[in-house]
Amino acid sequence: MTAMATPAQPARKASLRPVPWRGMAWVSWRQHRAPLAGLVAVLGVAGVYLYITGLDLRHEVAAYGEMFAANGSGKMEMTPTAALFQILPALIGAFVGAPVLARELETGTFRYTWTQGFGRQRWAAAKLAQIAIAVTVVAAAFGFLFSWCYEPIIGVRQGLSPLMAITFDLRGVAFAAWSLVAFAIGVLAGVLIRRVVPAMFATLATWSGLAVITGGYLRPHYEAPLVTSGFRPLSAAWVIGQRWTLHGKPVSLSAVDQVLHKLGVIEAAPGVFGAAPGGPGQSGGGFGQTASQASPASHNVNPVPYLVHHGFAQLTTYQPASRFWPFQWIEGGWLLALSLLLIGVTIWLVRRHAA
Amino acid sequence: MTVFSPAQPGQDKSLRPVPWRRLGWVSWRQYRVSVVGGAVFLCVVAAYLLVMGLRIRTGYASVASCPQLGSRLSPTCTTALMLFGGYHVWGESTAAVMMAVPMLIGAFAGAPILGRELEVGTFRFAWTQGAGRTRWALARIALPAVTVTVAAAALSQLFGWFYYPFFATGDSALAPQYFELTGIAFAAWTLAAFAIGTLAGVLIRRVVPAIATAMAAWAGLLLVTSVYVRRHYQAALSIHNGGHGGLGLSPWLISQWWTGPNGKVITSENKIIALLNHPQRGYTQWTTYQPGTRYWHFQLIEGGWLLALSLLLIAATIWLVRRRAA
Amino acid sequence: MNVIETSGLGKRYHQTWALRECSLAIPAGHVVALVGPNGAGKTTLLNLTVGLATPSAGAVTVLGGMPAGSPGALDGIAFVAQDSPVYKNLSVSDMLHLTRNLNRHFDQRFARARLGELSIPLRRKAGKLSGGQQAQLALTLALARRPQLLVLDEPLANLDPLARHDFMATVMATVAEHGMSVVLSSHVLAELERVADYLILVSDGKVQVAGEVDQLLSTHRTLTGPAADAGRHPELTVVHERRAEAQAHLLVRTREPGEPVPPGWEAHPVGLEELVLAYLRQPGAAALPGPARTKDAEPTEVTR
Repeated sequence: MTAMATPAQPARKASLRPVPWRGMAWVSWRQHRAPLAGLVAVLGVAGVYLYITGLDLRHEVAAYGEMFAANGSGKMEMTPTAALFQILPALIGAFVGAPVLARELETGTFRYTWTQGFGRQRWAAAKLAQIAIAVTVVAAAFGFLFSWCYEPIIGVRQGLSPLMAITFDLRGVAFAAWSLVAFAIGVLAGVLIRRVVPAMFATLATWSGLAVITGGYLRPHYEAPLVTSGFRPLSAAWVIGQRWTLHGKPVSLSAVDQVLHKLGVIEAAPGVFGAAPGGPGQSGGGFGQTASQASPASHNVNPVPYLVHHGFAQLTTYQPASRFWPFQWIEGGWLLALSLLLIGVTIWLVRRHAA
Repeated sequence: MTVFSPAQPGQDKSLRPVPWRRLGWVSWRQYRVSVVGGAVFLCVVAAYLLVMGLRIRTGYASVASCPQLGSRLSPTCTTALMLFGGYHVWGESTAAVMMAVPMLIGAFAGAPILGRELEVGTFRFAWTQGAGRTRWALARIALPAVTVTVAAAALSQLFGWFYYPFFATGDSALAPQYFELTGIAFAAWTLAAFAIGTLAGVLIRRVVPAIATAMAAWAGLLLVTSVYVRRHYQAALSIHNGGHGGLGLSPWLISQWWTGPNGKVITSENKIIALLNHPQRGYTQWTTYQPGTRYWHFQLIEGGWLLALSLLLIAATIWLVRRRAA
Repeated sequence: MNVIETSGLGKRYHQTWALRECSLAIPAGHVVALVGPNGAGKTTLLNLTVGLATPSAGAVTVLGGMPAGSPGALDGIAFVAQDSPVYKNLSVSDMLHLTRNLNRHFDQRFARARLGELSIPLRRKAGKLSGGQQAQLALTLALARRPQLLVLDEPLANLDPLARHDFMATVMATVAEHGMSVVLSSHVLAELERVADYLILVSDGKVQVAGEVDQLLSTHRTLTGPAADAGRHPELTVVHERRAEAQAHLLVRTREPGEPVPPGWEAHPVGLEELVLAYLRQPGAAALPGPARTKDAEPTEVTR
């Protein structure tokens, strides 16, 4: 029979240095290398696509100048790609975050892991911190690559304000922050639900709900929106709402219309909205033109001064494009705080967990 | 002690198989939480489409009441059109996200059905019951398949209603980003995702990798179909110097190119941009496209082969279940 | 040093008490058999000891006063749960590496040597090992941590007779060489009878019997005599009574070793299994160190 060294005597209690943290790095990697490798692979493939597209885009802009940047479309269309990439943080949360704790609890291996010398709280803290950092770093790299790729057209092309949800979420620090919060939601769902597949689903659902609420209701109000009564087109601004007022009181569009009808005055607006009903789709390909702002060309009386003279004003609520980075920091900040809170709650739940 | 005597072999002369409805109850009882969860998810999506769709409809109503384009417009129409343009971007994003729904439903519903049994080992119980493994597998797959397809069909009708104003103002229903979301294609793609999911579950025998694989395989199939295969369902039409009216209602533009007076194709991009702004004599613009009228034709083709593929995959799955040695 | 000490320990899950009023003081250096029927509360008691669960009532300390689950306790106790959980998709050598990283002390050489002796391949995934091999792997990992106390929850359930023999031989050799304490639970007493020198019987959430085996066996005996006579000896502490026709068999607990046998009765020594069965049949009876707490026995079985 193999001899075993003597078990340590109670005297070793005296110097109870905790088990070093670096041991956990290997543990975290070895146990989660499949999802982490998958994450790098998926973002890598997407990154290659972005890199090629970015080079193409710059080539086209260099060849055809600003006009192309402002009006071009076709395969340089960003919206569908960007909308698809929106799902990526949710997938990260579901595939990387949810199984971390849910699998231990579902398969029962926590009975082994949490009785090792490392201790369950430190184990949870080390593992979550290490994976969270890995996820954030990879996501940040992707976010910056996306920014670089579409930089020539964001803010320049009509309708693509940097503050729009599609472009905002995927650039700067926002993408990394959304990925981190998805991971945090995933681990919390895992420890609450204790089964992997339901935790994945719950993560996807919760993250999507949070993203929709933020994009639709929270983000427009990070700073009080500006209101202008000017009629000039607000390039690259993110328009939140528009309304007419008469002598400071809100008035409906049809009322304004009626006033103009009485005068017999109507305005010509060439090229508005780019396509007649029945014409070729402007977003399906080809060399169609996208919307450009109406340029007033009066036939009889210019109705705009007329309306202004009579006390009408068109108020546009908007956020200027210059607020992009402040908004990024605000959003990144509260998402980071939320992530830390969720991870803290998760570790506390691990501590409290009874077999 | 209670006495217990096994059923005599001679007693049950007519060995009728276990009735289907019992197997149905087994499936339901085991998966009711997932079914409820999926139903809640779909209801949330439907509610969103409903709410946004109503808003878009009001916007569309005010745009539609504007006089014909090309004539004169009031500032209110200008505003309405600009707002409608904003809705359009929102609608495009919704459409892009809706593309993910069949993938999610199919992978999350399909992969665990067999994958979980194989991963956890409970198949050793299920496959030795009186019902037999083929019947069990068939019942397990058929019921969710039908449910998922019907739910997807309902959702796609709702999406069609939601997106109608944009289809009416120029977006083509045949275009790659919208084709799979309307008509019968959405339900067909969902069923295909489900079938891929069940096959992945029985091949990979672990649920989470099966879900990931199913999603990747479905995404690949979708990409290949919408970019390469679909345009060839019927020979595309081509037209030269087609004005915007000559192509019919909401066509799907496949490609465009210019030829010079000598008939050679113009390759210089600079020249093309110049021609767009100032058309010159002798230069012809050629367009290949699929007319919008072919929409249902294409839907039936795509729905048909997807259905066939799904049935094939499901048959393969059941065959693997029969063959598999524990 | 008391390797496990509990006072009034209880654990409740929702409305049900899985364990109540458990007061034990298990000295070091023993091999403790924790027996009882399925669902009696053995796993709950072990989970409380190793820190996987927190008490709803009372307290538990281990290894001479350390709170269960504290870093010192985790360091000195190695636990193998029921079904020997291991990470199924990690290889055996990965499991060794994992355990080494998660603990202060790990005897890598011992672990590898033992696995080699058992012919468990290092490269194979743990999920692909047979049930017996998984159990041996889990035990090896636990022993290689050089614990002061080894806690095993139903370790023999998955093992064939030869594997059981090897398993227990390893455990006993370690105990003999290094004074490690062991707590083993099982619902089959026969397996543990040969090796255990301390017995704890848990039934229905309560500890009925706790004490050294030698002492238990020497303080219990079976008295056989006429059935008519059975009720006439109130001075006897009867744990369990069995009648067969005209004869009665009483399992009694003696207060002193040299207690006299009542006239007309024969005394026989008691085996451990018989002792355990008797207490199991008599839920009110208990043999715990401290003030005696036995109730009067009533005939519970009439055999034809």
